[in-house]
Amino acid sequence: MREALYLAVAYLRFHRWRTSVLVVALALILSVPILTRMVLTASEAQLSARAAATPLMVGARGSALDLMMNGLYFTDDRPEMISMAESERVWDSDLAISVPLHVLYRAGGEPIVGTTLDYFDFRGLEIAKGRGLTVLGEAVLGANAAARLGVAPGETLISDPENLFDLTGAYPLEMTVVGHLKPTQTADDDAIFVDLKTAWVIQGLGHGHNDVVEEGMAVESDAPGITANAALTQFTRITPRNIDTFHFHGAPETYPISAVIAVPPDARNAAILRGRYLAADEQAQIVVPETVVEGLLATVFRIGAILDGVYLIVGLATLLAIALAFFLSLRLRDAEMRTAFHLGCHRFTVMRLLAAEIGIIVIAAGLLALTFLSAMSVVTNDLAIWILTSAD
Amino acid sequence: MIAVSDLGFTYPGGAFHLTIPALQVAQGERLAIVGPSGTGKTTLLNLLSGIVEVESGVVDIAGSRVDRMSATERRAFRIRQIGFVFQNFELVEYLTVRDNILYPYRLSDVLRLDREVRSRAEALAGAVGLADKLGRYPQALSQGEKQRVAICRALITQPRLLLADEATGNLDPANKGAILDLLFAQAKAHDATLIAVTHDHELLPRFDRVVDFLDFRAAADA
Repeated sequence: MREALYLAVAYLRFHRWRTSVLVVALALILSVPILTRMVLTASEAQLSARAAATPLMVGARGSALDLMMNGLYFTDDRPEMISMAESERVWDSDLAISVPLHVLYRAGGEPIVGTTLDYFDFRGLEIAKGRGLTVLGEAVLGANAAARLGVAPGETLISDPENLFDLTGAYPLEMTVVGHLKPTQTADDDAIFVDLKTAWVIQGLGHGHNDVVEEGMAVESDAPGITANAALTQFTRITPRNIDTFHFHGAPETYPISAVIAVPPDARNAAILRGRYLAADEQAQIVVPETVVEGLLATVFRIGAILDGVYLIVGLATLLAIALAFFLSLRLRDAEMRTAFHLGCHRFTVMRLLAAEIGIIVIAAGLLALTFLSAMSVVTNDLAIWILTSAD
Repeated sequence: MIAVSDLGFTYPGGAFHLTIPALQVAQGERLAIVGPSGTGKTTLLNLLSGIVEVESGVVDIAGSRVDRMSATERRAFRIRQIGFVFQNFELVEYLTVRDNILYPYRLSDVLRLDREVRSRAEALAGAVGLADKLGRYPQALSQGEKQRVAICRALITQPRLLLADEATGNLDPANKGAILDLLFAQAKAHDATLIAVTHDHELLPRFDRVVDFLDFRAAADA
């Protein structure tokens, strides 16, 4: 067998490009289905863990899945906004802690999550560098967002413009990054956390500007309001000098949020709270993320099973193509085989030689697939989070 | 000593029938076989070496009855006892000159490749002027060099019978003489019998004996 291996290696080395293509093709057939399974399993684990860690979520009636994906993974599935009154309703019920979320805008492509300090306690988020949020206009970056954006504490970050042609729309706000969070291997790593009020400022519900009367920009000053002329400009950055000029118009309870995470102390309180959202004319819905995830996972498993079937068919077709290429190459090697027989070679020796060639290719492909999968296993979790957070 | 008698062979389809009433070749003799194309010269070499199975008659090589051997026995006999120089060299493209010379040892279950064999391969390559080309592939060799590699491969097992089928057919006149010198020298060095099929009548005086295939045809007809 040693001589057969020697000849096989010599043949494969001489035809190194053909051999490489065969090895890579076979490695892909072996590794892609396994990698898909790994990513699906990691996604399942991510979904389940995050959902299990989020007892209840209140949001506008509509797609429970969109609400959950936006509230847990800060995706672009934007549910209808609800008012801040829904958060206060949860607080006032004394049945659960209420953590409001405002997920609508992005900065540098990363989601801006407006929330309260309760969110940091609820998720167990810790500061790795800098400090936490204290005043309006500050931002704390998740670990991955910090790495991708490359913005250190003390530097600034501008929210992405929503619509350049909408003069009444949200204007970009320059925020000061005050800290980076420790990695958590969750969607929080990809987020930019700001205070809820900062999110409302981005939305245009709060603003800061010079004193209209002092600066002589008032056109009309009839009660109850003052009309300013066109020289009035709004601040696009919140600084210690202008922070006092920032103010909000309207009642705070009417300000929009995308969801409320409700954290009841026990199952009894959770059941009572859920019961309060059952009325037919109720404008909000309360969902149990774990239940929503179960439905989603059932779909994912079905897709996974279909993918397995597809991979099986494609894999078999590719193997057949490789086998065909191999047997065609045998015809090209007729002269070599004839020489071997003329010299006195036993036909089993030729079979051993071919078996050795196939064995080497299969082993090389297996090792390549193993190396590829080992390398990918390091980033499988990140890949799963990326898939979940980039889902539209 | 090679003894052939009443040898008969018909190719599948019956288009060609070879008959050799008698042929004897002494050990160490250098025999040339000539004759028009299609008279069965290559077939005779194939029958002697056991590449083709004998239909009728006797083929005795140094006491071994090739005509009575099974296919497996013929293969084992061929790789141990016979060196074959093919007309088109039949070198393996993916093996270096060294490995082409050692090819019978790589293929065989009965031959053992050891240090002595490797040294012999290098000595043979040195003797034919290929010492500095042992690491090259056949595609980088000239026709004459390829033929010399084929001769080294035929000699590496130290066969008692050396068969050469148009061994000089693809070579220029200068190379023809050199290759024949080499075959004679190596056959003599290993006390091997040499049977060479050739169309080159200029080379015939150098052989101990020449057999014309037309004589076999005439004898068979008679």
